[in-house]
Amino acid sequence: MAVKGKAFKYGDNIDTDVIIPARYLSSSDEKEMAAHCMEDLDKNFVKEVEAGDIIVALKNFGCGSSREHAPLAIKSSGVSCVIAKTYARIFYRNSICIGLPILECDEAADNISKGDTVEVDFSSGKITNITKNEVYYAEPFPEFMQGIMDSGGLINQTRKKLGL
Amino acid sequence: MMTMTQKILAKAAGLKSVKAGQLIEAKLDLLLANDITGPVAINEFNKIGVTDVFDKAKIVLVPDHFVPNKDIKSAENSKQLREFAKGQGVINYFEVGEMGIEHCLLPEKGLVYPGSVVIGADSHTCTYGAVGAFSTGVGSTDLACGMAVGSTWFKAPAAIKFVLKGEPPKWVSGKDIILHIIGMIGVDGALYKSMEFVGDGIKYLSMDDRFTISNMAIEAGGKNGIFEVDEICLSYLKDRVTNEFETFTADEDAVYDMVYEIDLSQLKPTVAFPHLPDNTKTIDEVGDVPIDQVIIGSCTNGRLEDLRVAYEIMRGKKVDNRLRVIIIPGTQQIYLDALKLGYIEEFIKAGAVVSTPTCGPCLGGYMGILAKGERALSTTNRNFVGRMGHTESEVYLCSPAVAAASALTGKITGPGLI
Repeated sequence: MAVKGKAFKYGDNIDTDVIIPARYLSSSDEKEMAAHCMEDLDKNFVKEVEAGDIIVALKNFGCGSSREHAPLAIKSSGVSCVIAKTYARIFYRNSICIGLPILECDEAADNISKGDTVEVDFSSGKITNITKNEVYYAEPFPEFMQGIMDSGGLINQTRKKLGL
Repeated sequence: MMTMTQKILAKAAGLKSVKAGQLIEAKLDLLLANDITGPVAINEFNKIGVTDVFDKAKIVLVPDHFVPNKDIKSAENSKQLREFAKGQGVINYFEVGEMGIEHCLLPEKGLVYPGSVVIGADSHTCTYGAVGAFSTGVGSTDLACGMAVGSTWFKAPAAIKFVLKGEPPKWVSGKDIILHIIGMIGVDGALYKSMEFVGDGIKYLSMDDRFTISNMAIEAGGKNGIFEVDEICLSYLKDRVTNEFETFTADEDAVYDMVYEIDLSQLKPTVAFPHLPDNTKTIDEVGDVPIDQVIIGSCTNGRLEDLRVAYEIMRGKKVDNRLRVIIIPGTQQIYLDALKLGYIEEFIKAGAVVSTPTCGPCLGGYMGILAKGERALSTTNRNFVGRMGHTESEVYLCSPAVAAASALTGKITGPGLI
């Protein structure tokens, strides 16, 4: 499976409080979360994001709270994939659980700029920067996590496991 | 060959041993959710198609973030949590009158114990490492599936060992130790890893100090932060825990990615400047930093000893009249103990306000939101952009002693100077 979109570029330690501020946590409505995604960091994100777009960041993306609202807000805003050098572990786990593709790749994180058009092939981990004519490779998902993604998230996988 | 954490996980997975990086399925002893993450978990749980939680004695639901409810939406979230608890017969549901901030409450109620495997849909679930449990934060979907099947997957973590040596000086608390460690290794210094705390120095650390240290393991990116169980811990557990339990120590030849020796006698009160917990300075490097608000409370520092330290510094004095000082006991029991000991009366006479237990301002919920340009000094755990209010406000993190001393002067002040 492959996705293609334009990149939004952020730095180190992007925390869950700026991905979706706590003042919106009273709601778990996906549309409302998407409407406020990244607003404390980048007020233009919500205006500019289109279905298929990709978030690229440096190290420790998603640090802080365990709120699943953070990857949900990103996914609901139409983002097809996140690429970073590293992730905070709860954010990583939550993304797999809800079926938001998430890749670790130093080279892509360093070289992709805001606005670049990027294509990602999940099965091979190949990341193509169409704007810059560059190719980077991320480790593909471990088989176990690919299984969760292929099921459409952990809920579906659990249903399968329970024979439901 | 195994760390404390790996031993606990091996046992929970029914394996003789595990190695760092190994994927395992572990049985769960306790699962926790609150009024923010609980409703999302319940919605996901309902999608699975099972009718009942796997064990109603092993689920803990604590409305604590936005209760007493701050608005209609939070009231509806709490209502959903309450109705689920009632419908499922969840024993450990704590209503407003008997609640507390979850990570202060669960140890107090004896629900966490050495060797237990705990997941919570709250990042500070790592707090229970202080009693030798493996506990870690997860999201709502992981929690939902855990509630249905009673187990979850983990990648057995690699580990960093912190050997604590010596006796901390007066006014150096667990908060200063963990801020020092985060400042040293960075906010991703323990990413995906266990932080294991051992050494002669831990005998000088109270349980409240240890809860604070384990609580902030997540602020270094840690998967969990666990202490070796000693006499101080066993005596804390004695009248609280009814479950039988086993204690685990690391093997002599356990593999650690890194070992740090920390001489506690050399540490100083430490403050984290905006906007990351690793942006630390010792109190003598702070300079002149006037503040608008002081918060003493949270799952990090809302325990009785935290309030005692604040009381000792503030009793008979007045808070600076440029400041708002908000003190939030961590649980109803801590509140009651502080009341009986006379702390609450002194806080109020000094000009502070005292709130019912809530996470409230820590995550910018309510009970002390900051306006543009305002600056708070807080015993909480995070100082990210906009964490306590306006994106142009600032949060500085510190111990209860520094917070109380600063409440009297209106600027960040070392407790030794009061």
